[in-house]
Amino acid sequence: MLDISPEEIAETVTMVTQQNLDIRTVTLGVSLNDCAASDAAGIADRVYERLMTVAEKLIPTCEGIERDFGIPIVNKRISVTPIAEIATCAGPDLTPIALAMDRAAREIGVDFIGGFSALVQKGIGRGDQLVIDSLPSALALTERVCGSVNVASTRAGINMDAVMLMADTIKATAEATADRSGIGCAKLVVFCNMVEDNPFMAGAVHGSGEADVVVNVGISGPGVVNAVVRSLSEDADLTAVAEAIKATSFKITRAGELVAREAARRLGVTMGIVDLSLAPTPADGDSVAEIIEAIGVKRCGGPGTTTALALLNDAVKKGGAMGTSSIGGLSGAFIPVSEDMGMVRAVECGALTIEKLEAMMSVCSVGLDMIAIPGDTPAETIAAVISDACAIGVINSKTTAARLIPVPGKSVGDYVSFGGLLGHAPIMAVNAWAGTRLVRRGGRVPAPLGSLRN
Amino acid sequence: MKTKAILSVLGEDRVGIVAGVSGALAEAGVNIEDIRQTILSGVFSMTMLVTVDEDAESFEAVQARLATVAEKIGMQITLQREDVFRFMHRV
Repeated sequence: MLDISPEEIAETVTMVTQQNLDIRTVTLGVSLNDCAASDAAGIADRVYERLMTVAEKLIPTCEGIERDFGIPIVNKRISVTPIAEIATCAGPDLTPIALAMDRAAREIGVDFIGGFSALVQKGIGRGDQLVIDSLPSALALTERVCGSVNVASTRAGINMDAVMLMADTIKATAEATADRSGIGCAKLVVFCNMVEDNPFMAGAVHGSGEADVVVNVGISGPGVVNAVVRSLSEDADLTAVAEAIKATSFKITRAGELVAREAARRLGVTMGIVDLSLAPTPADGDSVAEIIEAIGVKRCGGPGTTTALALLNDAVKKGGAMGTSSIGGLSGAFIPVSEDMGMVRAVECGALTIEKLEAMMSVCSVGLDMIAIPGDTPAETIAAVISDACAIGVINSKTTAARLIPVPGKSVGDYVSFGGLLGHAPIMAVNAWAGTRLVRRGGRVPAPLGSLRN
Repeated sequence: MKTKAILSVLGEDRVGIVAGVSGALAEAGVNIEDIRQTILSGVFSMTMLVTVDEDAESFEAVQARLATVAEKIGMQITLQREDVFRFMHRV
């Protein structure tokens, strides 16, 4: 007997066909711990072999799941052990490892591979330094490799030397990819409180606490949530809005849970986590900014935005928490500018600024994401923006990050286009009164009192 | 291998929908377990619980067969494994 009503079936079908319900990413986390060697070429060979062996069936498996369940899986990706952990004895240039990752990604058919990464919140080790030094060339010479560096944590505080080093690295990466509007920086995230099981790019890594190979799934669904909020009556109160989002989030998360279980079963690997992040795309209507506006803010970025985003983020988690027992990753709404057409519109009309995005970051996931800024922004200013993002993360025990793109040759009012999922965006103004001396002091902002929990 | 699936047909009501769909299913060796038909917000909606015998014809081949029917009768037809609906609509 059919115990699902025609209305419920029609709802699911409509979610997929008209409201952009999809699984944003199935990400295979792969440990590279057995790939360490004393030279970059040796590591590169081992990494390539390892990836080709482990991820061979990723794409056909995901395509089979898409077919059987009728839910599109937009991206198939790979995350690996932070390269700094396996490259301590190599050097000086780790670009060959990135090239091997890129080649494997292309041959396997994944659009991005994350993990050209280092964790330096307390200090910069030799492997970390090699990764950071290699980032500009690694990101310029590859198409699919993503890098990330963790410069702060609630337990360690903010490593300001690393923040400044990363600001210089961002500038160098922009210059190294100047002919492509600084796209290298779109593949580079600076984190505070980086997580070990994030399936989303550019910040995905396979952490040291993970099994050898795991499947992590990132849900999507801003379009579905947007449609649900817009279907409510004008006078529905905020409790009703939260309830509607919660119920929808449950359904989206269940789709993610089903795909994660099935992918793990078919690939014969461990199921990792389901990341409950609402991840926008440049597709029409698939926008977090538009949800904020549907809740009742005239334009995203205007007063009330932080409240609406807090309500949205919390309701998504509450619904999602019922949908899976394996919540992980970043699990919060994403607010990238260039990847969300509603955000772009809000910047264009002056409603949304970097300062407001900073406030929004305090109540959701990640934060200063895919923001194009003038190419001549001083490194110290970039460092100060990153350190503010870190401060919010450190004090509030949450993940925050910055993915800033100083676009060479462009200034405020110009546009930049990265194509595909990375979208396009206007160049945003950066406050000129930066804490240059603050970041040049270097050293470490001590861990806050709130970190002493034992 | 027998796979339970939900077949959903959405679109404007017209003559020959049930005949077109059930004919294609019979040719593919797919058994219809249950069938319901209703009008949802003015749109014709037919849902079927079916069992696909993948030894006779693969899930993918049945989907391809239904895509041809969908084009012919001008309706949206989807065939999805039943689990997805149970997961999304039942705690």
